[in-house]
Amino acid sequence: MQHQDIEQLPELANGDPWLTHRGRFLDVSLMLEVGDHQYLIRIREGCVESVERGPFVMPRWTFALHASSQDWNAFWSAAPPPGYHDLVAMMKFKRLRLAGDPYPFMTHIRYFKDLLGRLREGEVA
Amino acid sequence: MTAAVESGFEPIVGRYLKLDLLGRPHRVYVEEAGEGIPLLCLHTAGSDSRQYRGVMNDGDITGKYRVIAFDMPWHGKSSPPAGWHQFEYRLTSQDYIDMILAVCDALSLDRPVIMGCSIGGRIVLQLAMDYPDRFRALIGLQSGAHAEPYYDLQWLHRPDVHGGEVCAGVVSGLIGPSAPEADRWETLWHYSQGGPGVFRGDLYFYTVDGDLRTRLADIDTKLCPLYLLTGEYDYSCTPDDTREVAARVEGAQAIIMDGMGHFPMSEDPESFLSYLRPVLASIVGNSGDAS
Repeated sequence: MQHQDIEQLPELANGDPWLTHRGRFLDVSLMLEVGDHQYLIRIREGCVESVERGPFVMPRWTFALHASSQDWNAFWSAAPPPGYHDLVAMMKFKRLRLAGDPYPFMTHIRYFKDLLGRLREGEVA
Repeated sequence: MTAAVESGFEPIVGRYLKLDLLGRPHRVYVEEAGEGIPLLCLHTAGSDSRQYRGVMNDGDITGKYRVIAFDMPWHGKSSPPAGWHQFEYRLTSQDYIDMILAVCDALSLDRPVIMGCSIGGRIVLQLAMDYPDRFRALIGLQSGAHAEPYYDLQWLHRPDVHGGEVCAGVVSGLIGPSAPEADRWETLWHYSQGGPGVFRGDLYFYTVDGDLRTRLADIDTKLCPLYLLTGEYDYSCTPDDTREVAARVEGAQAIIMDGMGHFPMSEDPESFLSYLRPVLASIVGNSGDAS
């Protein structure tokens, strides 16, 4: 996974009608933090509306997911090792931290696992 | 498109068992297949006995074992007791032990083998400590002495969050990456079907009441052999958690199952059976009265 692939997320996600259907009640801004790099991902009715790359001055977001660049790269590798293969696994081992409002994440946990799984090697064209 | 299957019944038969449990009348759903040494199987938190469909459909095993699994009250086809709407379900160690012994007594099982997964893998450790003479052998799947919660368990039971969606979503990563798709999603469907608060109520035992860390030295495997099988990708009960039990219990045998997760018998029955069959063969070999 290259960082620029994150900016391909609209194409990777919006072509999957079952994914966007499952997110049809979502209207959130997700701040994805990969080490020191920030990506503001706007989701409307299950579609990724935009991905904006930081740095930002006063960003407004619903919740943020933060992990080191190394840990995200393990998560996004084609065959993630145990403990790196799932967002909740990353949380268990304190590699992934959620900040802000956990409500949209927990109510749509499968959506977000699948959405970020789209960036895994082999998924990205 | 899924390939067609030949029509016909599987060898599994299900019935309802009437019995008093925890001071209340219950109807407990019990499935079984096979004849021979009784092998009572305990499902994971928030799921039901369908998890053991692969074991019960394996002719090698059912030729030598009477494989039995029951849905705990509140789970699967076992309804909660009358009055369930007036209190919160919370599984305790004592209730869990009482339930297992009551089912063994009601079915007149003679020194059965007990195999439990996750919460079931925990309780077999306590059975090994307190009732070794009642069992021929104990098999713990995803067995650890304790587990710390790693997310706020309240998300599993609140009226504004769909319990089936969140329970399946939370546990989905506990399945190993090599699991066949059909079995992966069957396993998650079971979690999607749990009643409100049931998974969370089971986790009270798993994360609070069932802490056995200070009691592992009480297990004597000479009185009852203990086998531990854990999937490599499980982050709820990790391979290290199981290795720690094995290190502290003399004679316990630990096997780490490659590529597998927290629900081995359900997420990947074929791979799991390749690990289980030698264990069951060894128990048959050690049972003088085996058929």
